[in-house]
Amino acid sequence: MKKFVSAMLAATMALSLAACGSTADTSSEASESTSTAASTDSTAAESGATGEAASGTPIKLGGIGPITGATAVYGTAVKNGEELAVNEINAAAGYTVFDWKFEDDEGDAEKALNAYNTLKDWDMQVLVGPVTSTPSLSVGAETVNDNMFMLTPSASAEDVANCGDNVFQMCFTDPNQGKVSADYIADNALGTKIGVIYDSSDAYSTGIYDAFTTEAEAKGLEIVTAEAFNSDNKSDLSTQLAKCSDAGADLVFLPIYYTEASQILVAANKSGYEPTFFGCDGMDGILAVEGFDTSLAENLMMLCPFSAYGEDETTKTFVSAYEEAYGSTPNQFAADAYDCVYAIYQCVQAGKINGDMSASEICDALKTEFTTMSFGGTTGENQTWDASGMISKAPKVYVIKNGAYELAA
Amino acid sequence: MTKLKNLKKSTKSNLITFGIVILFYIVVQILSGADLLTSSFSGQLVPICAYVVLAVSLNLTVGILGELSLGHAGFMSVGAFAGTLVWVLLCETAPAWLALILAFVVGGIAAGLFGVVVGVPVLRLSGDYLAIVTLAFGEIVKNFMNACYLGYDSTGIHFSLKDSASMGLADDGVVLINGAMGITGVTKASNFTIGIVLVLITLIVVLNLIHSRAGRAITAIRDNEIAAQSIGIQITRYKLMAFITSAVFAGLAGVLYSLNFSTLVAKKFDYNTSILILVFVVLGGIGNIRGSVIAAAILTVLPELLRSMNDYRMLIYAIVLIVMMIFNQSPQMIAWRKRIAERFAARRAKGKHPTKEVG
Repeated sequence: MKKFVSAMLAATMALSLAACGSTADTSSEASESTSTAASTDSTAAESGATGEAASGTPIKLGGIGPITGATAVYGTAVKNGEELAVNEINAAAGYTVFDWKFEDDEGDAEKALNAYNTLKDWDMQVLVGPVTSTPSLSVGAETVNDNMFMLTPSASAEDVANCGDNVFQMCFTDPNQGKVSADYIADNALGTKIGVIYDSSDAYSTGIYDAFTTEAEAKGLEIVTAEAFNSDNKSDLSTQLAKCSDAGADLVFLPIYYTEASQILVAANKSGYEPTFFGCDGMDGILAVEGFDTSLAENLMMLCPFSAYGEDETTKTFVSAYEEAYGSTPNQFAADAYDCVYAIYQCVQAGKINGDMSASEICDALKTEFTTMSFGGTTGENQTWDASGMISKAPKVYVIKNGAYELAA
Repeated sequence: MTKLKNLKKSTKSNLITFGIVILFYIVVQILSGADLLTSSFSGQLVPICAYVVLAVSLNLTVGILGELSLGHAGFMSVGAFAGTLVWVLLCETAPAWLALILAFVVGGIAAGLFGVVVGVPVLRLSGDYLAIVTLAFGEIVKNFMNACYLGYDSTGIHFSLKDSASMGLADDGVVLINGAMGITGVTKASNFTIGIVLVLITLIVVLNLIHSRAGRAITAIRDNEIAAQSIGIQITRYKLMAFITSAVFAGLAGVLYSLNFSTLVAKKFDYNTSILILVFVVLGGIGNIRGSVIAAAILTVLPELLRSMNDYRMLIYAIVLIVMMIFNQSPQMIAWRKRIAERFAARRAKGKHPTKEVG
């Protein structure tokens, strides 16, 4: 009987939690919808004046990313970036341009496909996602069959864009990052003996590493050692760093995410080893790592399309709005997601797509539009896409000075 | 009807299990014919079949052989990679059905071979020790496949455990397994019909094995190893038989699962997946094959049904799991359910024979 009581208690707890969750959600949704309703009222007069009908069927925008699991940090950033952009656009336009829904994929190919199917049942018309590479590959193949437009903010494996001509990327591909990094290091003579520490269990990290080694060889850079770790043994990376030190590396290339990179910087500080550290876009966010002494990141270089300390108007607006809404500094994941939504909005404004078109018609229209248009956002000006769906934008190298990003010379 | 009644109890129970699977298949086919299925549900049909096969095969080790295995995802991984490699290599040249059958056969055999390799030394252990060793096996497979680079070019097959550059492929080379990225660009081949056929084959083999002479020997070993040995049962032989059969079907399920997606990564087959399969078995009832089938199907669909709960999804999934476990397996709950059932039976009897009550 005791067990029965405990089961009933568990059930009531679950129900009450569910109730809390749903009420909280509905109230926030309600406030959102009222705010959009209010703005509709205020702009109704204006639109009446211009004579342009400021309304239309909303376009159903779906997002997929990990909200739970090991990669939840990135998924949450993307979710926030998308949400912010959608809210801004809807408020500015005065009517609901985008209906937006975000589904969790736990960073897993199977769950990502489930999330995609759920969104399809919701009649999604454009997909902004998934966040990580493996889910994007499995969802990408499916979008090709459905002729659904897919724009991923951050899945950077080269194979993602190669899924089909309807799959586009907002971020650089991994090989591209590796190649550009090697070029930059060689051209600016940042180091002669190079050590690499990478995550061999991660597609992003190995993708950059492979291209980096190939290009480094071509450019005559000497890679003295390449040390790998994997997701199971990344709690202490001082061994890998010590090996770089022993090999006499004067530049350590870190094609890894910021959490692990922060550990390496701490270990380097402890052992007094002071090479130049060079990372890629996964490094963005290192200044926000909890409990990390940001002074250790001083002089860290990184190849990254986005800087939250940027001076241009778009970035400033985005960063302050994001900080206000979510209480943290946005990283490049959030910025890429924000840009994704605005890139699609640019096509809406150009009158190329609207909510009355089917997903397939929108896909065809967006395919032509994306390969011909130029887009300016928080991650760079004059961004263009080639027919395969890969982006081309100017790579920027930042160096951390006084706790902020500074464009490297 | 009388014929049905005269059937052995076990045969009748088996027929019900098959009936459930076939009925599920027919209902789904009718619904999909009428276009009533959501894409969310139809997308889960193949994973459901794969998890059912995994749960049934693990139940053979855990429930019938009585040994706790925590490395089932390892066998699944071996089968998935072997089968997918065959499929990728053959699907463009050979006819699809032949390539598919070969993929399943190779996947099953590869997993079975690993079953032998692991089983021979490991089955000398039992209980907790065996559980730890199988857990380690699963991790070894995962980490090996994560670091495995395989490709071929005109000069032959290239292999490396370091990175794709060190394979030294020529320009015309094709990368088959690309380390952490695994196998990508797989043409999907699995469908619900193949899945159901595999489920039925698994059920036929496993249920027949359980009710055969060998099966009784295996359960005898489970119940008392020393007693079984004393009456001349070859312990190692029967233990291996159960363990390898279990591994083969895990491999087949791996092939079915991986061919449902365009990408295959080793990371998927970590101990979380092993534990997940074990949860299916425990929830369905250890040694209860039909329970495994139903539990695997329900627990695969459940997280998707809870999507509307947003952020509370995983929390509620866990709570529902706890409640289901207690309701299904705790002795008090079983006794309580029995009492309720008896009360219902009594009431029905009352309704049927009101005169008896008076007398």
